[in-house]
Amino acid sequence: MSNNTCFHCGLDATSSTITFDNKSFCCNGCKTVYEIFSINDLTCYYDLQQAPGATPKDVEGKYNFLDNAKIVEQLLEFNNDDTQIVTLYIPHIHCSSCIWILENLNKLNPAISSSVVNFGKKNVRVTFNSESLTLKNLVALLSSIGYEPFISLDDYSVGKKHVDRSLIYKLGIAGFAFGNVMFLSFPEYFQVDGFWIEKYKPLFRWLMFFFSLPVVFYSAQDYFISAFKGLRSKILNIDVPIALGVLVLFVRSSAEIIFDAGSGFFDSLTGLIFFLLLGKFFQQKTYTFLSFERDYKSYFPIGITKITLEGTEESIQVYDIEKGNRLLIRNEELIPVDCILIKGTARIDYSFVTGESKTVSKQSGDKLFAGGKQLDGSIEVDVLKSVEQSYLTQLWSNDVFKKDKELSFTNITNSISKRFTIAILLIALTATSFWLLTDPSKALNVFTSVLIIACPCAIALSAPFTFGNILRILGKKKFYLKNASVIEQLAKINTIIFDKTGTITANKETSINYEGSELSLDEETLLKSTLRGSNHPLSRSLYNILNKHDILTLDTYEEFLGKGIEAKHKDDNIKIGSASFVGHTSDTATLNTTVHVSTNNQYKGKFTFYNAYRKGISQLFNTLKKEYDLVILSGDNAGEKENLTKLLPTKTKLLFNQKPEDKLEYIKYHQNEGANVLMIGDGLNDAGALAQSNVGIAISENVNVFSPACDAILDASKFNQLFNYIKLSKSAIKIIKWSFLLSFIYNSIGLYFAVTGQLAPVVAAILMPLSSISIVAFTTIATNISGRKLN
Amino acid sequence: MSVIYILLAISIIVAVGFFIAFIVAVKKGQYDDSYTPSVRMLFEDELVKDNSDKTILTKKD
Repeated sequence: MSNNTCFHCGLDATSSTITFDNKSFCCNGCKTVYEIFSINDLTCYYDLQQAPGATPKDVEGKYNFLDNAKIVEQLLEFNNDDTQIVTLYIPHIHCSSCIWILENLNKLNPAISSSVVNFGKKNVRVTFNSESLTLKNLVALLSSIGYEPFISLDDYSVGKKHVDRSLIYKLGIAGFAFGNVMFLSFPEYFQVDGFWIEKYKPLFRWLMFFFSLPVVFYSAQDYFISAFKGLRSKILNIDVPIALGVLVLFVRSSAEIIFDAGSGFFDSLTGLIFFLLLGKFFQQKTYTFLSFERDYKSYFPIGITKITLEGTEESIQVYDIEKGNRLLIRNEELIPVDCILIKGTARIDYSFVTGESKTVSKQSGDKLFAGGKQLDGSIEVDVLKSVEQSYLTQLWSNDVFKKDKELSFTNITNSISKRFTIAILLIALTATSFWLLTDPSKALNVFTSVLIIACPCAIALSAPFTFGNILRILGKKKFYLKNASVIEQLAKINTIIFDKTGTITANKETSINYEGSELSLDEETLLKSTLRGSNHPLSRSLYNILNKHDILTLDTYEEFLGKGIEAKHKDDNIKIGSASFVGHTSDTATLNTTVHVSTNNQYKGKFTFYNAYRKGISQLFNTLKKEYDLVILSGDNAGEKENLTKLLPTKTKLLFNQKPEDKLEYIKYHQNEGANVLMIGDGLNDAGALAQSNVGIAISENVNVFSPACDAILDASKFNQLFNYIKLSKSAIKIIKWSFLLSFIYNSIGLYFAVTGQLAPVVAAILMPLSSISIVAFTTIATNISGRKLN
Repeated sequence: MSVIYILLAISIIVAVGFFIAFIVAVKKGQYDDSYTPSVRMLFEDELVKDNSDKTILTKKD
């Protein structure tokens, strides 16, 4: 353990002098957490993982809304006299130490009886006694050890969420029945004639019948429901031939054992449903730590502090905010409604909304929009609109958010199943009429055999296994898809639309250009020393790029809010800030963010801040332009236009000053013209566009923080791989088509047995698993080979 | 040969027993989180009670 990193959080601690127990800490917060742990014998925390902690944030007053009993009531999952259960989402959970410390919370406070971590979901379920520990204190306790929970408006009604586990039950039942039926069918496979088998045959057959009952009536019910729904809306989906096959299998097998005509096909029947459900289960890859359904509610706080007419503070629910209320927004709190700033200096971070990470300064009287985060102390505001009617949240009343994208899309399996079903019915009818003429006793046998053998198990399995595997491959490459149908949609894309800020530009980097007369060494030193004192984000980024200089002690230093800084050292005077502030009037209006400098009342020049574009963007656009129409829809002004035209291929369309609704309408318009749109965005202002597009991808620098509702989340570091990911989805479609071909071959072989009237149960029992397993093997190998091309 | 009835009965009872165990496990949420338990089982309870001797990193040296 080196001594220059913080023992608790692993950050650089070279410049700090805080030590405790011979260990160095970067700040007092980290030291306090260590103290808490060492007093309570919890220092094992540091053995499981090196420097696992996070610096605790000051949460004074932030959770005052948890004093409101109505809010607390909604958050609790279980609430009885002395037992309360709450599930809290904690973004910091990242390693085994986190699990360990959070499951040992009872050692920190005896009122906590147990706590269980779900690592995948990053949440902890705490059982506690609210008489000795209120929810607010529990949250404060967690915050004090660096595990601050995130409570948003989304949690408000979560308490009683139902977990759907029916697929696991269905799969379990089908698997159980399949195994048992297989054992029971074995004696008859070998057709040993004799006294023994004759005696026990009926018993074995009836046992199989009873095992198959729950499979047909419970496990397979989704197929019947889906087929029925499809037929009602006149669509022949893949579930129609499946349901038909299952039904015929069951009826014929039951008839056979009732009339003692044969052993039936219960083995094939249960196996078929088991494999189909297995495919469904495999495709259902979910990323528990991601959410694709977020709207503004996931960002907004539950409660906020209201200042009553008498001047006292009161916590109220966000939905209870009314026009004209006076609210207190504390440091680091989110502004939930459109309002007017009354008191205090506002520095608002709108990065949730726009993706732009630069903060905006506002003075009293200015309008503040919902969704911004206050960064500089407390402010007081007057409410202009309620939550639902605010500028940002209004977007969610658009119809597009009520539509389910998956329903309005015919997937590849269903598009083939229509022709398939018709063909099978034709074959069945032709073969039956042929046998009716030649040997009527076999006609019914042939008819049912065709329907049984044609049951498109292999076809139905191709897509789930291919897509399931592609989902996993892409997931490993940090491209997280919501479900399998996104892959299909992605393969059909012909237009790609990008948001600008935060999507094609990186959030953390800016590039700065200097124009004007060169600064002397003295002037540069003075500039750097002056910037050092300022906390303004522009000053900070400018300070970081300037060369190292000795730091001067300034004689005077004054910061003029929203204008600039003035400082004096000996005889030299420096002004840094807006053009008018430094006395530069001939400045041609520029749309970019600039900082001007003058020394001794003489104008020197300006620093222009550019967004730094993501690496490889030029190359990506050049590869994409061959196959796709490219558009950039930006909510910002046209300041970057010149830069972008230089950087991107000439036929890329650039549109600026687009409001959230404009983006949505633009996509809708082009979809009506027949375009299949892929939208790539990041902020809440892209939420409408992401929902409207055929595929909406949210770019995220850290997938654990929030991104708007979308179909896929792409890690920003993999942005330049986008083309390869789209290509992979196209090869997935190709693989599925090949496996369709393969299953047709199996079907033809089976149909030969069926139409000639010689389908024995053992043939079906061999052919069915063989076709399924070979399809699964084929798709798995093929997808892995195409996945290997990604790097 | 009637021993086959007993054998069948036993085999089905055993199978159904496991099946019920499976249903109960799913119902209790054992399949909801397939990662955390794998980490949890590696924690040793003794470490907490008697930590000053056994912790490695926090030893004063």
